[in-house]
Amino acid sequence: MSPPAVTSGVPADLIRGAPPTSPARLLAAAAASGRRFAGLAVLLVAWQVCAAQGMLGAATPPPSQVLATGVELIRSGELPVHLLASLERVAKGLALGLSAGLVLGLAAGLFRLAEDVIDAPLQALRMLPHLALVPVFIIWFGIGETAKVALITIGPIFPLYINVFHGIRGVDERLVEAARTCGVTGPALVRKVILPGALPQILVGLRQSLGIGWLSLVVAEMTATTSGIGFLVTDAKEFLRTDVVFVVLVVYALLGLATDLLVRAIERKALAWRRGLVAR
Amino acid sequence: MTGTTVIGPAPARPQARGVRVRGLRRAFGDREVLRGVDLDLAPGEFVALLGASGSGKSTLLRAVAGLDTEATGELDVPERRAVVFQEHRLLPWTRVWRNVTLGLSGRGRDLRARALQALAEVGLAARADAWPSTLSGGESQRVALARALVRTPELLLLDEPFGALDALTRLKAQGLVARLWRRHRPAVLLVTHDVEEALLLADRALVLAGGRIAEEFAVDIPRPRPVDHPRFTALRRRLLAALGVGADLGDGDPRDGTAAGRTAPEHTDDTRDDPQDDAARQETR
Repeated sequence: MSPPAVTSGVPADLIRGAPPTSPARLLAAAAASGRRFAGLAVLLVAWQVCAAQGMLGAATPPPSQVLATGVELIRSGELPVHLLASLERVAKGLALGLSAGLVLGLAAGLFRLAEDVIDAPLQALRMLPHLALVPVFIIWFGIGETAKVALITIGPIFPLYINVFHGIRGVDERLVEAARTCGVTGPALVRKVILPGALPQILVGLRQSLGIGWLSLVVAEMTATTSGIGFLVTDAKEFLRTDVVFVVLVVYALLGLATDLLVRAIERKALAWRRGLVAR
Repeated sequence: MTGTTVIGPAPARPQARGVRVRGLRRAFGDREVLRGVDLDLAPGEFVALLGASGSGKSTLLRAVAGLDTEATGELDVPERRAVVFQEHRLLPWTRVWRNVTLGLSGRGRDLRARALQALAEVGLAARADAWPSTLSGGESQRVALARALVRTPELLLLDEPFGALDALTRLKAQGLVARLWRRHRPAVLLVTHDVEEALLLADRALVLAGGRIAEEFAVDIPRPRPVDHPRFTALRRRLLAALGVGADLGDGDPRDGTAAGRTAPEHTDDTRDDPQDDAARQETR
């Protein structure tokens, strides 16, 4: 029974297959997560072996050393302190950027006048790689926190704006009309019909915006800073501590992963009505 | 003939408090779809509106529903009205019972009780907490009907509500509408392609052609109407003739090129947003 269950990349197999909680199904799920970890394990083992053999150059630490350094950095309190500083910047920047993107997207999506005023300048700004603004922001805001938070603010605005805007415009006009015949108008219409209808698209925008937020953090912390995990990398580079550099790289990866899991959890909860999202 | 039909332009009824429409006009660009429609519905009267594709049936219904702001003319329509469209138009992100009470105000428990009562009338109380996407086409349309009924409308507007259903489901749904109408007695304006449907349900059948109500037929078959009542044949023949379809469909000599198979409902606008609907279409009632 296991061979077809294990190789079931085909949805039809699962749909027609065993009932949700049967042993066969659980086995298939376990096998699936096992496969996912297997790839990672092979990579880590290969890295460990190659690094130990000196095949990756003298400056590349094996994973075991990266882990040891990581534990050491946590124990000494160095990593938590810098991580907290970085998280604070991201939180501030995202709070501002996501709010701006959401508000602008709502305005442009709901009101023709706002669209005319907002859309053209935002589209023009969007084409500008926002990381190219680093020198400008340093001139405007100095080398302190403001410039960094501003950089993390500006990037996430655009993806969220565009997806909110197009999400709203893509809401089925027939549903809006039906709701109107039921007496739903004004703010209630936005809350009950337009926003839920645009939500799948809005969440796509949220995911992109969060990714850009992390990217902006990396760039913001590359220059003129004495705190944050970006500083940790710059500092480690000075002292050729590649193991510390790798620890921070792993932290970046984990942060990205955590963000993705968070958005997925939101999606599963908020989009439970969609048939395509039924867990399988 | 039986002398049961009144043929002529505007019906000469006394002024009813149901629906009164005078000189309704609507143009799309250069094309004038409605050219001065007069329409009356008595309170509690069931009227079917027939016409060829593109004759403006749905346009007229939308104007009466107040959904068309560009139609001009005199409209006197009850405030409490509800519409059922060809597609169910349920909000997919809202549970069935909340779809039914959409737009109603009141306490949650009262609303739910009202929703359950309306759903029970269409035989779907058990699905109150389901997502709309898990319903079959027929079930969705019954929920849409419950959503209309819960508002206790004085005027119920049905825009080809069964056009997208399969033949068996359609028959059941028509029976349901007949029962609900007898119980609640709203005035009903039913837009349909289906001559049988009109004869089965309506007190009067109107034929829309050339932008006006061209003909009117009183359907005085006693209710409940058996599908095989002998008077159907004569009425069907005359209605079809009014719609430009020869009585002998097999003859291959329709008066215009589009007439063949007119009695079958057309699926020109099958816009249900539910790709898996066909698979789940079977009715289990």
